[in-house]
Amino acid sequence: MNYIEHVGKYFLMLKQVFKKPQKRNVFWEAIFREIEDLGLKSLGIVAFIAFFVGGVVAIQTALNVDSPLIPKYLIGFATKRSMILEFAPTFASIILAGKVGSFITSSIGTMRVTEQIDALEVMGINSLNYLVLPKVIAAVFFYPLIVIIAMFLGIFGGWVAGVLTGLFHSHDYIEGIQLEFDPYLIQYALVKSVVFAFLIATIPSYHGYYVKGGALEVGRASTQAVVWTSVVIILMNYFLTQMLLG
Amino acid sequence: MIEVKGLQKGFGGTQILKGIDAKFERGKTSLIIGQSGSGKTVFLKSLLGLHVPDDGSIIFDGKINKDLNVEEKRQLRQDIGMVFQGSALFDSLTVEENVMFPMKMFTNSVKSDMLDRVNTVLKRVNLVDANKKFPAELSGGMQKRVAIARAIVMNPKYLFCDEPNSGLDPKTAIVIDNLIQEITAEFQITTVINTHDMNSVMEIGEKIIFLKNGLKAWEGTSKDIFKTDNESVVDFVYSSNLFKKVRQAYLDEIK
Repeated sequence: MNYIEHVGKYFLMLKQVFKKPQKRNVFWEAIFREIEDLGLKSLGIVAFIAFFVGGVVAIQTALNVDSPLIPKYLIGFATKRSMILEFAPTFASIILAGKVGSFITSSIGTMRVTEQIDALEVMGINSLNYLVLPKVIAAVFFYPLIVIIAMFLGIFGGWVAGVLTGLFHSHDYIEGIQLEFDPYLIQYALVKSVVFAFLIATIPSYHGYYVKGGALEVGRASTQAVVWTSVVIILMNYFLTQMLLG
Repeated sequence: MIEVKGLQKGFGGTQILKGIDAKFERGKTSLIIGQSGSGKTVFLKSLLGLHVPDDGSIIFDGKINKDLNVEEKRQLRQDIGMVFQGSALFDSLTVEENVMFPMKMFTNSVKSDMLDRVNTVLKRVNLVDANKKFPAELSGGMQKRVAIARAIVMNPKYLFCDEPNSGLDPKTAIVIDNLIQEITAEFQITTVINTHDMNSVMEIGEKIIFLKNGLKAWEGTSKDIFKTDNESVVDFVYSSNLFKKVRQAYLDEIK
């Protein structure tokens, strides 16, 4: 199957996903379950990475700013901008594409190869709507929150690193993070996180839902899902940046 | 009753079903047998609506499947129970939740009523004290019982089973066979079973259809199958020495 066919099949899948749920209370239950599986269980790893990346960005900036003409508050400013513009929305999404994407593909793929999806269809349930829509809604509403937490922790990590190593003073860093605050950049980051969340929920679902074969194929599909989700996130990151900031 | 007329289905230029006619009666257990690749699974999946036939029709108690609108098809599917080869229980749900699932999706019953019904069907399949267990904690035979309970919880008119005995020991296989037959008679269900198990053929085959190369090659009962001179059926059913001897003994006795 060529790429165009896959894209077509992906959009046909979305048409089935965005239908009215058959039972409202079952749908809400599924959304809360997905928020736990896809969101809450990812908070730890994103928080850990954001904190240390913030620290590394601050240290590297401090080490590269050795001219006395460059004010020290630029370290805080650079860390804040890096975290808000790229790390929190884009790199956190890449991490989530790996963690959550492989989980989605393997869980739906296993349901496919063990005939659980056939069982849903035989019962008269729209399996795509039942399995994928709660994931999309949970991701789209919860990931921006994860991204905001990543922004805070990254900036905080930068401050902790600087203070512990003595590379810059706390007041310089705080002055830097308060400098030229632009709310539009937060808006830009959140728009990106919503788009990436949608991709993280749907591309792995596509790979899992249409898998054929057994355990080996489910494993391969999980790998492919992570690769393609990451590729599409990077491409969309470019286009969104061009559209929103260009 | 389910009536199948001239059912044809192919994939990518290969014709799998080449025009099958069959009738499955209410309250009877009908078996589909045949070698691997004979079209049994495609036939069953076509009956279930998982494959759309290329030609021919499937009539459920006078309702022609292909003429039904979306709502009527949805209603028909709620009248169908299915036991899959690997049970197809939902891994993340307990036994109780698995059996309750169709009720949660299609009825507005309160939870206590649903639980009563779940306990009734679990008791009917002789499965007690397993409500809170997950499928992974059950043996193959117990999983099959849960699958049967889930299939009958909505009082289906039609029950389909794909290899219900596969992977089970002979004793458990007979228990499952008998359970399906009893339920079929008790609730007057139209039951169609896809099987390779010759014990099932002998024990519960009230009607047997033998498929060969996508065509119906023979039809009869478990008694007829002893006397048939259809070479394909004899070759398939009596492929083991044990069954050859059983058949010979039967033929000697009626002589």
